[in-house]
Amino acid sequence: MPYRFLDDVATADIAFEATGRDLNEIFRAAAAATLAVMLEDIPGLEDRVERTVVLDADDPQELLFRFLQEVIFYKDAECLLLRVRELNVTGDGRQLRAVMSGEAVDIERHCLNVDIKAVTYHLFTFKETAEGYVTTVVLDI
Amino acid sequence: MSLPHDIIRISDTLWEIPKSHDPEMRVPARIFATEKLLQKMDEAVFQQAVNVAKLPGILKYSYCMPDGHWGYGFPIGGVAAMDPEEGVISPGGIGFDINCGMRLCLTNLTFDEVKPHLKRLVERLFDRVPCGVGRKGFVEISKKEFPRVAREGSRWCLNKGYGTQHDLEMTEEGGCIEDADPSRVSQKAIERGFHQIGTLGSGNHYLEIQVAKPENIFDEQTARAYGITIPNQVVIMFHCGSRGFGHQIATDYLEIFLKVMQSKYKLKVNDKELACAPFRSPEGQAYFAAMKCAVNMAFANRQVILHRVREVFSEVFCKSPQDLGLSQVYDVAHNIAKLEKHIVDGKMRTVLVHRKGSTRAFGPGMDGIPDAYRKVGQPVIIGGSMETGSYLLAGVKGNEDAFCTTAHGSGRTMSRRQARKQFRGDDLQRAMEERGVYVRSASFAGLAEEAGLAYKNIDDVTEATELSGISKRIVRLVPVGNIKG
Repeated sequence: MPYRFLDDVATADIAFEATGRDLNEIFRAAAAATLAVMLEDIPGLEDRVERTVVLDADDPQELLFRFLQEVIFYKDAECLLLRVRELNVTGDGRQLRAVMSGEAVDIERHCLNVDIKAVTYHLFTFKETAEGYVTTVVLDI
Repeated sequence: MSLPHDIIRISDTLWEIPKSHDPEMRVPARIFATEKLLQKMDEAVFQQAVNVAKLPGILKYSYCMPDGHWGYGFPIGGVAAMDPEEGVISPGGIGFDINCGMRLCLTNLTFDEVKPHLKRLVERLFDRVPCGVGRKGFVEISKKEFPRVAREGSRWCLNKGYGTQHDLEMTEEGGCIEDADPSRVSQKAIERGFHQIGTLGSGNHYLEIQVAKPENIFDEQTARAYGITIPNQVVIMFHCGSRGFGHQIATDYLEIFLKVMQSKYKLKVNDKELACAPFRSPEGQAYFAAMKCAVNMAFANRQVILHRVREVFSEVFCKSPQDLGLSQVYDVAHNIAKLEKHIVDGKMRTVLVHRKGSTRAFGPGMDGIPDAYRKVGQPVIIGGSMETGSYLLAGVKGNEDAFCTTAHGSGRTMSRRQARKQFRGDDLQRAMEERGVYVRSASFAGLAEEAGLAYKNIDDVTEATELSGISKRIVRLVPVGNIKG
């Protein structure tokens, strides 16, 4: 997945940079990075449940911010760890429909990392580049 | 780290960034720290303290405590009091984890008595106090009932049999802050948090069994007043907050404030995480009422965890909680905003104090602290890293300048990713066990991130609070058992 964690951006928390050739790719990459903060063994996650996320926002940056908040919401509200199965960003980056799949946290089977409290605006960037898009996200741990 | 070029040494433990540093500053910024700690602070702390000094209605100074490090909007360790009529309220001055705080409970057991049972105690606590990513608490509660927790905090727990009247008396605000209004909270926040009562969370949240060694008692008389009376007495300390419920309230209101801040109130901030609204505005009042719901959720969370701790100790020692002396010393909030009375320009007045990674530390004789502690001052519980230890401090007279506030913990110096590269969780667990600290964690990666070397030296931080005259050291507490998310 095209993301990497940034070591020195957030002392007490976790930052990552994600890239994508188009909006669908960068949204998938950022969601994967968010999941990887919480779960070490992502391939071991079984697709037992499915949730559909439909969102709209004023721009792609806000849409991504809200999408990552949804990943965190399901972790708390239903104890679900979810990855993207299908994702479609439309309307010039202002609408999103994603089908997420995964399963409930199982402390016996899952190799867990750390919990995420929130997506933050701290150093949050979302830019269009010659290759596509790049975003930097800091998550509150 | 490079210090601001114009920082002024007011004393050996107090530093000032003057208003002339930035034309938009309404007040100077002041940092309590020894030179050693100041030099170790990241540069963002100074910029963030300056940014806070620009907020409308800020009174006296934008303060930072000795454990200061960068946060979102405010630095961690930040303190800012606002004029409630003219000033703003900012979720960034409280933090995402509203009423994250510390609780300390006594036992009448010595370490020698606990040692043979230590592993079992830690194992049972690990089983009974859910921690880590995506865990539910044991309390059966519906979404419909949850607003009562938000309104009543620890009082709800008392009515359900999860605590004693004494616990509530020994909790900041009596475990229930008034005027919490659940109608100001989103359904999403309730869905995120209603089933998390009695869970620790992860990151730097923990539950520890600690020992008060005789050589670590700094003030015997005050220690005695707090119930530390036996050599090598065992105590239980834990650190957690309002879980997903509080995180969502902070997230929701950050969005709301960002929408109205400029368009409706013509307020400008140079960091979105400093989003704010006039305290007396509908949005400001709605956030204050919602924040209080999270404050109460956090009190309830820690109250239920204490109940679990009592159950586990009772089970392991086959004695009642009363016979084991499982009595709460105190519970302090370190992420909160409150209306308090303080002296400003020689006059006593009501101010809105934001404390973000800083702890109220009322001195002897002040209202708002339990009668039992009136003579010695409010207990302040400072969490250190799991390897080094924690502290029980006391509020002191003469700390009125900083709105009676002190530090909250040790503060990180190494990033989580760096710590994970430098330490392995399983190695750390083994090494700590060899040193007599038995640890259980929901995540080895999470454990590695909490290694002692990733934090500032807690002894330096607490010494600095004493030298600064903002609190004094009473007991240093050494960990022997730890559970971590």
